[in-house]
Amino acid sequence: MNKKLVSALLCGTMVLSASAAMVSAEGEKIALVGKSAGNAFFEIAADSFVEAAEAEGATVDVVYPEAATADAQIKVLDNLISQQPDAICISANDVNALQAKLEEAMDAGIKVSSFDSAPNADSRQIFVNQAGTVAVGQALIDAVYDIAGGEGQWAVLSATSQAANQNAWIDAMKTIMEGDEKYANLELVEVAYGDDEPQKSTDQTAALLDKYPDLKVICAPTTVGIAAAAKYLQDNGSACKLTGLGLPSEMLEYTGADDEHSCPYFYLWDMQGLGKLSAYATLALVKGDITGALDETFTAGDLGEYTITEADDKGTEIVLGLPLEFNSDNIEEMAKLY
Amino acid sequence: MQKKSLIKKITGSREALLAIILIILFALITAVSPSFLTPKSLMDMLKNNAVTLVMALGMLCVMLVGGIDISIMSTLALSGMSIGMLLKYGVISGTVTAFLIAMIIGLVCGALVGLVISRANVPPIIATMGFMYVFRAMGYLVSNGGEWASAAALGSFKNFATSKLLGLNCVIWVIIACYVIFFFFMKWTRTGRKIYAVGSNSNAAEVSGINVKNIKLMVYMIMGFLAGLGGALQVSIYASAMPDMQQGGEMDVIAACVIGGVSMSGGRGSVIGALLGALVLATIAKALPLIPFFDQLWLNTIKGVIILVVVVVNVILQRVTDKNTLKGREM
Repeated sequence: MNKKLVSALLCGTMVLSASAAMVSAEGEKIALVGKSAGNAFFEIAADSFVEAAEAEGATVDVVYPEAATADAQIKVLDNLISQQPDAICISANDVNALQAKLEEAMDAGIKVSSFDSAPNADSRQIFVNQAGTVAVGQALIDAVYDIAGGEGQWAVLSATSQAANQNAWIDAMKTIMEGDEKYANLELVEVAYGDDEPQKSTDQTAALLDKYPDLKVICAPTTVGIAAAAKYLQDNGSACKLTGLGLPSEMLEYTGADDEHSCPYFYLWDMQGLGKLSAYATLALVKGDITGALDETFTAGDLGEYTITEADDKGTEIVLGLPLEFNSDNIEEMAKLY
Repeated sequence: MQKKSLIKKITGSREALLAIILIILFALITAVSPSFLTPKSLMDMLKNNAVTLVMALGMLCVMLVGGIDISIMSTLALSGMSIGMLLKYGVISGTVTAFLIAMIIGLVCGALVGLVISRANVPPIIATMGFMYVFRAMGYLVSNGGEWASAAALGSFKNFATSKLLGLNCVIWVIIACYVIFFFFMKWTRTGRKIYAVGSNSNAAEVSGINVKNIKLMVYMIMGFLAGLGGALQVSIYASAMPDMQQGGEMDVIAACVIGGVSMSGGRGSVIGALLGALVLATIAKALPLIPFFDQLWLNTIKGVIILVVVVVNVILQRVTDKNTLKGREM
């Protein structure tokens, strides 16, 4: 009897203290759900999300599922829904599998935003996208144009020939090149595939230089390819230069505007910016500034004003904008992050 | 008469035939791309295939005793990633230290594989498949779940692959050293001959006093040691350590041996054969991107077809030689 009483009392105090904790948090309570723990790349965005949200007075709880599966995320969401945060921002492990749970959350009055990897259009109110395919293509082709000096031969060193992302960017580059007179003097001689293996990428780079002695620029929109090509070009003191998408820490040795370095500058997602924008978008949802409908606008702190646009999956999204440029000025700093 | 015996000599030796195939390949490629046969291009090719070249020697030993090892690239990733992380976090800085650590890790991995196969009698393909997953996963664990040790983090270690000794790249010296050592080891040392003995007929070897289990353990240790060396070479050559490096590369090493005439059932194969087999593969890899009139998607198909053709031609010729030898006996 006594024991039961004690446990009942304990339970009571626990409930009380829990609800007290809920009330005592003045600002918005946001839960950030990652794909899985231990992804350094995602953590950059998560850290920046937390920083931006806390600066606005909100509290953020970053939760990682046990495994990188939709099932594990459903467990996490179950827990979260019972805690009733103001918003959940999720990077989804599966496009469709989370729909039921996320709808349950929205029915319970929790705002649902997503970033990095989107659940389907019905499972979310807004998706924050890193950079559109066209924006990446535009940045890359402009880099090629700039480094080549406006004319000459250039080639692409991609991952595998079936890689969806890379193919989309390459197609975007081709379309932009064909549609604008500005790029008329650029000649894309070949798209080579290094299969994201250093060995094969090196062979492909050597072959490109061999086949096209006048090659001015190689564009490698893949992290392994760009590093392998950078090493080969730099070791051989080649006149051919390099740009593309890469990791700053991997490219630190090869990036610089002088002849000593093979890569003047390259691009990658702005993960910090992505986290920050996602934080502002989520807060705007909670505050009711936006509902996630098309053409709504909101101000994302010092990032400026953003407009909600239609996503490829017919849902709505906010596009962060251009990928981030890494050059000799910022690479040392960024190499510590990425 | 003189001429006939020369032809017989050539067709009688798989190595000589392979050398001819290699020369034909060289000639064809040079016709398409004249710059192929320059010293620089050839050195580039050797350097870019150093890992396969060196590890083919270990695979030769393993296959000679009738075994196979598909865990080697996981061992390479684990040892390479380990030294990458040690260099990155400043635990070690010397090139020699890094090489030694990688080779020791490889040796330990190889010993584990060898013990399971020789003592627990697990079929090599199953045992090494298990270790393939174990070592690869350990590589990821060592890397903090996917971190790279990149060029900047590797300090002076990566200079090993760009520096020269007596006009030759250090990596190429390593390849030469390995092949010279193994050539003598396999041909003229007792242990080397024991490997052949175990592979030809392990019962006979057992009866004649050879400790078959220890020989089997030893070949997997040699393989592991060379995989460790391969790990250090890979990290140095590409100036980056990634946990997924050389995934699937074990097939190239096995293919190099098979092309080189090493028998899958043991007992037959030579150091020269392994060298030529690895060189044929290296030449194909270097040459395929140079062919201007092929869609890239066809390249892997062509690679596979070339490997098959070389092996089939080799097998047919082997059969002819065997027949001739038998005829000789009857007489």
